[in-house]
Amino acid sequence: MATTEEIRAGLAELVNEVTGIPADDVQLDKSFVADLDVDSLSMVEVVVAAEEKFGVSIPDSEVKNLKTVGDAVSFIESAGA
Amino acid sequence: MTVTSKGHASALSGGVPTRHSRISGVGGYRPKRVVPNSEIVDRIDSSDEWIRERSGIIERRIAGEGEGIIEMSSWAAEPALEMAGISGDQLDAVILATVTWPYQTPAAAPLLAEHFGSKGAAFDISAACAGFCHGIALARDAIKGGTSTYALVIGVERLSDITDTDDRGTAFIFADGAGAAIVGPSEADDIGPVVWGSDGGNYDLIRQKEDWMELVTSDSPGIPHLVMDGNPVFRWAVFTMAKVAQETLEKSGITADDLDVFLPHQANLRIVDALARATHLPERVQVADDIIHNGNTSAASIPLALHAMLADGRAKSGDKALMIAFGAGLSYAAQVVTVP
Repeated sequence: MATTEEIRAGLAELVNEVTGIPADDVQLDKSFVADLDVDSLSMVEVVVAAEEKFGVSIPDSEVKNLKTVGDAVSFIESAGA
Repeated sequence: MTVTSKGHASALSGGVPTRHSRISGVGGYRPKRVVPNSEIVDRIDSSDEWIRERSGIIERRIAGEGEGIIEMSSWAAEPALEMAGISGDQLDAVILATVTWPYQTPAAAPLLAEHFGSKGAAFDISAACAGFCHGIALARDAIKGGTSTYALVIGVERLSDITDTDDRGTAFIFADGAGAAIVGPSEADDIGPVVWGSDGGNYDLIRQKEDWMELVTSDSPGIPHLVMDGNPVFRWAVFTMAKVAQETLEKSGITADDLDVFLPHQANLRIVDALARATHLPERVQVADDIIHNGNTSAASIPLALHAMLADGRAKSGDKALMIAFGAGLSYAAQVVTVP
């Protein structure tokens, strides 16, 4: 089972690949939209990449609840990564 | 009854041997009026920058008076016929893909066939943005099967007629135009087998908002509008279609390394770019980006993009092109073709 920090770091790498945002900026308290300027379409790309990387399923209905990096990390943890 | 091999060969085939097909001509018509983002932003409380970021679109063409479905189709078909070196009366099939012909019946295709002096089979197909590739698949199989010799395949739309100009999600995307291809016989197999399918479980993701009957009997009758749920459509269009793209290459017996041109439906530049990445195309492959100056013209977008790339030299005769079209239904169709 991956630790919270491992999931955050893995997710940060994906955000960097999709958007070019430095991975170090992708911290738990950061909002995807307000702080990181990740728009909804980039968010879909990040989500699909995260599904593959962590072997979880993140339905479209759940994506809008993932406001912060911490929300996404918690969801991935609870989904069994 | 004894069935001999000779019996099989003559049974119902009319003696026509199986043959190959190719696209031998391409044409396009873009409406005269150019509409920049600045003309759209006020009604949807948006900005030129926001539209460019979300869709890649800088401007689009919107049809005006005299630029109807039949007119635009005929202007797109004329250069395609010329390129193919045939006359309109040689067409024995006219297949027209559209969702904006304003008659439930008859179809638009017979009028277009008549315009060109053809008495061939003529019918419309309703597969939304995937319509053109469905038409190419039908024409290919008709020619291979010996039921047609020259087919005209049209993708044409006046989406501006059914666009809600106050809808922030779609007002800046949709546009008008027509694209045409002539499919004829060939010594080599220059149109690969189609990979096509649907997902009716997601029927609601892109659709006409109101049912016609509900609308005409309502207190405020009008024209129904298109609505779209952008994010799930984006996910399907990029990641499911990347798998379809891969399957299409495999079915044609080639790999991405053999491709020269990538012609995805011009839905949104973000989808085009993400789909190209997810399909792992080599960098030298030319990727269609017609949406930047022409918007999303649904069924017309792929032939218009090919027409533009032939004109500016990014696509050359003999190139291998992967066409992949997807949209409302959900429905999709894809094939590899040799550029004429």
